[in-house]
Amino acid sequence: MSDTATSEHPEHSEPGAGAADEHHDDEGHAHPSDWAYVKIAVVLALITALEVFTYFETVLDWGVALVPSLIFMMIVKFYLVATWFMHLRFDSKLFGRMFTAGLVLAVGVYLVTLTVFEFWV
Amino acid sequence: MSAEAVVADHGHDEHATTTGLSHTKLAMWVFLGSECLLFGGLISTYLLYKTRGNGRTLPTDVFDIPFTSVSSFVLLMSSLTMVLALSAVSRGEAEAGRTWLLATALLGGVFIGGQVYEFTSFVREGVAFTTNPASSAFFTLTGFHGVHVSLGIVMLMSLFVASLKGKLTQRNAETVEIVGLYWHFVDIVWIFIFTVIYLIPAD
Repeated sequence: MSDTATSEHPEHSEPGAGAADEHHDDEGHAHPSDWAYVKIAVVLALITALEVFTYFETVLDWGVALVPSLIFMMIVKFYLVATWFMHLRFDSKLFGRMFTAGLVLAVGVYLVTLTVFEFWV
Repeated sequence: MSAEAVVADHGHDEHATTTGLSHTKLAMWVFLGSECLLFGGLISTYLLYKTRGNGRTLPTDVFDIPFTSVSSFVLLMSSLTMVLALSAVSRGEAEAGRTWLLATALLGGVFIGGQVYEFTSFVREGVAFTTNPASSAFFTLTGFHGVHVSLGIVMLMSLFVASLKGKLTQRNAETVEIVGLYWHFVDIVWIFIFTVIYLIPAD
């Protein structure tokens, strides 16, 4: 999804009633149009459908690719919500760093914990 | 960045900060970072205990994936309505903002209703909070998430009432953004839970 999805294209600015030109946050960063948000939601819905499909689908043999595929789709959904809906893509990088610090710390600490229980306990 | 730079488009001229950023928003991001540790601990605990059933039924034995998939979709779409609420309030469209806020709260309510149904059906099938370590970890994790969603609904309804009273305007759209950050966070936590707990096979 490119930056052109933002309201630089006013014709894509409104899924429903009312105008939806770009708006700005406190630091003056432009946020996407409503139409861009709808497009992101459609992508999220499609990925979710694909995730659920892997659970029911019995023809294709996902084999060892199943878990990495599910984790990849989860990360894509996580990234899309954080960057577009939570505006990390458009806001100050400091906000993202604060969140990433907690996220990396959590993933690191708990991966170590799980590894310890798996191999040493 | 100069102090003037923080004078917001929404009129937050009373909140000039030394960083040039909204401290409220920064505080929310730090809080959300700390929440990653909370949910990380709960998820890790479940992953450690998910096969420890003590000879009794495991949560994975009674998962209803079609039902949970619909719940997940509902919560995902509530993130869309939340961001549309912020967009509307930022443009000064109070009525549209109220509509989207109410839609978000309703979708959150549907999710919580689904979770209550799921919990009661699990108990009927023999998986209660104290059945085994796996069920304790499962109910603690998903219960904590449910509490977060419920608190989010309370915040959304507070914004809705404030808007009805004319207290939620373009000028304080950042309040909607702060609540929105919290709401999107509980959504991305569920994105993680849905994949790791429900979809990835237990063994």
